[in-house]
Amino acid sequence: MHYPRHEFPIKEMDFVRAGEASLQVKKILREMKAENDLVRRATIACYEAEINAVVYGRDGVMSLEVDDEGIYIYVEDKGDGIPDIEQAMMEGFSTATEEIREMGFGAGMGLPNIMKNADEFTISSAVGEGTRLKIIFRSGWTTEEA
Amino acid sequence: MTLADVVQRLELKVLSGSELLEREVTGGYTGDLLSDVMANADTGQVWITLQAHINIVAVGVLRELTGIILIKDRTPDEATLTKAKQENVPILQSDRPAFEISGLLFNLLNE
Ligand SMILES: Nc1ncnc2c1ncn2[C@@H]1O[C@H](COP(=O)(O)OP(=O)(O)OP(=O)(O)O)[C@@H](O)[C@H]1O
Ligand SMILES: [Mg+2]
Repeated sequence: MHYPRHEFPIKEMDFVRAGEASLQVKKILREMKAENDLVRRATIACYEAEINAVVYGRDGVMSLEVDDEGIYIYVEDKGDGIPDIEQAMMEGFSTATEEIREMGFGAGMGLPNIMKNADEFTISSAVGEGTRLKIIFRSGWTTEEA
Repeated sequence: MTLADVVQRLELKVLSGSELLEREVTGGYTGDLLSDVMANADTGQVWITLQAHINIVAVGVLRELTGIILIKDRTPDEATLTKAKQENVPILQSDRPAFEISGLLFNLLNE
């Protein structure tokens, strides 16, 4: 069984569109009849990754790949990168500006929530180059063919 | 309980989604941090918040919330209301603070 790959662009500081990429992923998962809890977990993770790309990433791309074993979501951006990933992963850590915090972002919960919801999560980043997230979901995933 | 009942009993103003008020309300969640709401609100709930910017619509759609109640007369801009209409997210408004709206809704849902 071959599954197509999907790509969705993410725009820097565009809060009108922020969430669109996640919504597209969600729609595809629903069309594939993924179970509700899996869709919920993937949606939370996608939204957090997308908002981070909007706020810190200076544009990005979310891509979705699927096979019989699982769902693979990649979010890449060309932002400033993360100097200390361990610190960034800590609940409550945030470098959000005052303006961004006033919008209700910057609780330092995004990355920890991706971690909690994904079955596998890896993040790599280079300062001055950008950040790449790989978010995998396997549990609860069954395809109609499988 | 439908959204229409909630609107009537809590004396809410309907800013968008007046044609969606037959939707069922299963509960509520109160919060102003978007990550918190994303992680902890549930499908079918109404979200009580002071955030009135355009991205609340994305949270409403993605989290499949029944509607959003803006507290203390927080008013969204036109672009937010337009998007809310497009995406079928009812936006409601009250002059009361979050504590009061949450308490009133809690009691209403437990009647
Ligand atoms: N794509 C990214 N590029 C650069 N820095 C990032 C990126 N994603 C996260 N960070 C850094 O990691 C910190 C923690 O991210 P996390 O998503 O956990 O919290 P937050 O975005 O600050 O707040 P919240 O997600 O709760 O709104 C951010 O404040 C930022 O400093
Ligand atoms: Mg974040």
